[in-house]
Amino acid sequence: MPNPISPPPFLKAAAKAAKPAEVVKERSMLLQKEMLGDLYHSLSTAKETGRKVVYTFVPGNLSELILAFDMLPVYPEINALGWGMRKKSGALIRDAEKYGYSEDVCTYVKCDIGMFLNGNVGPTGEKLPPPDLLLLSYTGCFTFLKWFESLQKLYPGVPTAMLHTPYAADGKVTDDMVKYMVRQLEDEVIPKMEMVSGKKFDPEKLARHLGLASESEDWIAKIFDLTKQVPSPIDAYFAGVYYIGPINAGFRGAESAVEYYHQLYLEVAERAAKGQTPVTPEGELEEERFRLVVEGPPNWTHFREFWKLFYDMGAVVVASSYTKVGGLFDEGFRHDPDKPLESLARYCMGCYTNISLPERINLLERYIKDYKADGFLINSIKSCNSFSAGQLLIMRELEQRLGVPVSFIESDLVDPRYFSYANIKNRLDSFFQMMDQRKRVGGRHQFSKPVTATPSFEKQPVLLPILENVGGEL
Amino acid sequence: MSNYYLGIDLGSTTSKAVIINQNDEIIGRGITNTRANYEVASEIARLAAVYNARFSLLKRALSAELKVSPDLRRYIGDLEEAFQYLEFRIRADRLYLQMVTTVTAYLPLGSQPRILGALGQIFEKVIPVIKQEYLHGKLGAKNQFFRDIFFEQYNAQVGKLESMLFEPLMTVFDKSITPVENEILPMDFAALVHEAMDILKEKYAGFAERRVPLGFSFDQELHMLAGNIHEVSETIKKHIDRIAAQDIAIANMVGTGYGRALLPFPKECIRSEILCHAYGAHIAFPATRTVLDIGGQDTKAIQVDEQGFVTSFQMNDRCAAGCGRYLGYIADELGITLSELGETATHAQHDATICSTCTVFAGAELREQQNLGVPREDILGGLHKAIVSRAMSLIARSGGVRNEFTFTGGVARNPAVIKYLRRFVAENYGEDITINIHTDSIFMGALGGARFARLGTNVELPRSKSSRSPIVPIMSEEIL
Repeated sequence: MPNPISPPPFLKAAAKAAKPAEVVKERSMLLQKEMLGDLYHSLSTAKETGRKVVYTFVPGNLSELILAFDMLPVYPEINALGWGMRKKSGALIRDAEKYGYSEDVCTYVKCDIGMFLNGNVGPTGEKLPPPDLLLLSYTGCFTFLKWFESLQKLYPGVPTAMLHTPYAADGKVTDDMVKYMVRQLEDEVIPKMEMVSGKKFDPEKLARHLGLASESEDWIAKIFDLTKQVPSPIDAYFAGVYYIGPINAGFRGAESAVEYYHQLYLEVAERAAKGQTPVTPEGELEEERFRLVVEGPPNWTHFREFWKLFYDMGAVVVASSYTKVGGLFDEGFRHDPDKPLESLARYCMGCYTNISLPERINLLERYIKDYKADGFLINSIKSCNSFSAGQLLIMRELEQRLGVPVSFIESDLVDPRYFSYANIKNRLDSFFQMMDQRKRVGGRHQFSKPVTATPSFEKQPVLLPILENVGGEL
Repeated sequence: MSNYYLGIDLGSTTSKAVIINQNDEIIGRGITNTRANYEVASEIARLAAVYNARFSLLKRALSAELKVSPDLRRYIGDLEEAFQYLEFRIRADRLYLQMVTTVTAYLPLGSQPRILGALGQIFEKVIPVIKQEYLHGKLGAKNQFFRDIFFEQYNAQVGKLESMLFEPLMTVFDKSITPVENEILPMDFAALVHEAMDILKEKYAGFAERRVPLGFSFDQELHMLAGNIHEVSETIKKHIDRIAAQDIAIANMVGTGYGRALLPFPKECIRSEILCHAYGAHIAFPATRTVLDIGGQDTKAIQVDEQGFVTSFQMNDRCAAGCGRYLGYIADELGITLSELGETATHAQHDATICSTCTVFAGAELREQQNLGVPREDILGGLHKAIVSRAMSLIARSGGVRNEFTFTGGVARNPAVIKYLRRFVAENYGEDITINIHTDSIFMGALGGARFARLGTNVELPRSKSSRSPIVPIMSEEIL
C-alpha cells in the first residue's frame, strides 16, 4: 500500500518518462517514501516492539522532544488528508456524523473519528496503534482542544499532556510568554513524557535533535526561496505540500530529514539553474503565465482536479502560507540547541497559525512583492473556522495596499461534498482573465506599486475598523 | 462597410445577444428563454439581435427624417411590432403542428377527435387576440417570451371549455412547448418585413376616415400616420429593402455566461461572465466602481477600476436563493407573473419578516403568512427585502458599495428589488451613492462580451498549452 505522503504518482510517472539526467531527482522522492513507509511500519508494530506512541498535532509540534524520548508520533491531520487524497474520507466523515458529529464540525476531526470507528486503519492500510500519550500542543486552532477531548473519551485512561501556546495577538512574542511555555514544558509535558516512556529526559539528546532540525530548516528556507526566480522551478503549493511532508509527519529533528531536504534542495536548485518550470502531473509546465500567492490549505479530496485548474492555465503558486503552518523558517526562525526549551516555545508561538491577522497580512504582502506574484488567491475552508476567519479582510487589505488582483474560492479539506468543481472553475477562470487583462494593460508587475498612498490599516484605521475592535482574536 | 461585434451571454434562465458597432453603441439585442441546448439558444438570441439591429439601422438611416416626422417614427415602431407578431405567428403555427402530433402520440384514440377539435377552436381564438396585443402595444413588459405570451391566452381559452378537457389540453401543451421553443425556425427577413407593412396598411386603413375625438386619449402621431399611411410606407420602402438586404457582418464575437464552455466558438472567444458583466456596466455607466448583478441563478458583487477592469468579486456559493429563479418559484407559488410579483411588492405597507434564506422554505413561510392573514403585498415586500439583504451581504464581502453603483441582470427590472436596494444602499453607504440601472440591464453581460469582441482582434486570451494562437474569424450571420 502507498504511503500517505508518498511521492505523488505524477512525479514518478514524470521521472520514468524523463531523460537519464533527471533520474537523480527521484532520490528525494525515494527517500521520502522510505522515511514514511518506515514510520507507518514502526507504528503498526509498536505494540510488539514496545515503542510508545504519542498522538499530537502538526502546527507547533514538539517533534524533537518526541524523538528525544524515542517515541513514535501519530498526526491525525496527516492521516485525514491521506484518506482525503485516496478519496475515502467521505465515507469516514459520514460515519462520524452517524456517531453524532454535526455537519459543521471540522472535517479533519470527523475523518479521524470515522477512522477510529473503522478499526483505526491508517491511509497506508496498516493499523495504527492506540495512543500511549495525547500530547495536546496546539497553536492557533482551538478545535484541537475539543478534538483531543473526543479522543480522551475514545481512549479512556490515556494520559494527556497539555501545552498551551499563547496567541501572538499583538504580533510579538514576549519573554513572559516564553517563560510561561517553558514552565509548562518543564512541569507538565516533560514529566508526562518521562512517565509514559519510562525514560529520563536527556537534554543532550534533545539538543542534538534541535541541531538537526535547524539544519533541515536551513534547507527548507533555501528551497522555498528558489521560487522567487522567474520562472519558478517548482510549484510552492501543489508540490510544496509534498515537500513539507517529512517535517510535518515527525521527521523534523531527525537525521533522515536533513538528508532529504539537502537532496531536495540540490534537485530544485538544479531546475532553477536550468531555468526549468515546475513539473505537473502532465509533465513540465510549458510556460509560466501567472505567478500566484495562495492563502489557505488545498482541497485534498480533489487535489489533482484542483491542481489541473491551475496548471492548465499556466498558473504557478510561487508562495503559500499553508506550507508555513509547520514553521516560518523563511522568516529566520531556527531551533536552537543552546536554548532548547526556549526555542521549542518560540517555535510553537511563531507558526503561521499562531500569528495575528495583521502579521499574516504583512507576511502575505511580502510574499506578493518578493515572489513577484501576479495575483493573490484564497482557498477558504468551509469547515475550518480558525483558519478561515478574517480571510476576507486579508484579501481586501492586500487589494488596497498593492492593487493586486485577488480572488476567493471555497472548498473543504477532506469533505468531498464541499468541492464544487463548476463553481471553483468559474471563479478561477474569471481570476485568470482578470490577471491577464491587468498584465496586458500595465505590464507584469504594474500593480506592485501601491495604488494609493500606502493605505495600510495601521496608517488608516478607518479602512478596516473591525481589526481594532477584535485585536488579534480573529 | 461597417463592422459589428456580437456578445452572447448564456445565462441559466435566458440567453442574451447584443450587437454593437465600432462606437460601442448597441444596435441589436435579442433574448430567449430557450435553454435546452446552448447552441440553439445562442443562435435564437443572435437572430433576434440581428433582426433588432436591422430596425435600429433603419432608424439610424432615417434619423434626420425621424426628428421632424413623428408619424414616420411611429410607423417604424409599429412595423417592428408587426414584424414581431409575424415571428410569433410562425412559431405558433409550428406549435399547432407539434400539439397535433402530441395528441396523436399520447392521447387515447377515442379522445383524440375531441381534443383536436378543441385545439383548432382555441388557436382560432387565441391568435387574433395576440395579434391585437402585438399591434396595439398591449403586451407591454408583461410577457417577453413566446411560451408566456401564448400560454396566457391558451390558459384563458381552456378555462372556458368543459373541465374534463383541462387535463389533456394542459398535458398536450406541456409536452409540446419545449421542442418548439428549442427550434430554430427559418425566417426570411425581407418577406416578413413586407408582410408586416401589409399588416400596417390594414391596421391604418380604417383610421383615415374616422374622426378622433380630442382629449387625453388623442394620439397625434397615430392620427397623422393614419392620414399618411400610404405616403409614409412608400417613402421608407426603399430604405427597408436596403436594410433587409444588408449583411450584418459580425467581425468578432465573444461568448460568456454559464454555458460559455459549450458555445460553438473558438476558445479564444470565450470570456468569464464576471469580466463581461463588469465591462458591460462600465460601458453603460463609465463611472461605475461597484456592480451588483442578479441573474437567474447567481448573484455577483464586482468591484471595477476606472477602466472597467475587475479588481475583485464575490459570487453566491452553493445556494441560489434570492436570484431570479427564486422569484420565479415564488411567482409560481402564488400563480402570478414575475412582473406582477415585483409590482405587487412595491405596495407593501408593513414588510413581513421572511427569515428563511432557502427558496423552498421561503415558499412554506409564504403560505404560513398567508394563513395568518398577512396581506399579499406585505409578504412579497418581505420576500424582496430578504433578497436584497442577501445581496447586500455579498456586496459587503466583496468590499462594499463604491460610487457609482450599477445594478444589472434580469432582476434589475424588478421595481421592488430596486426599492429595497436603494433603501439599503442609502442606509449602509450613505445618500450620496449614485445608483445606475440601465433599461437594458439584462443585456450587460452580452454588451461586455461584445466590447471584448470589438477589442479582441489583437487580444491574447489565456489559453491552455494545447490551444493555438487566436484566429479571429470574420463571420457573417449566415455562416456563424
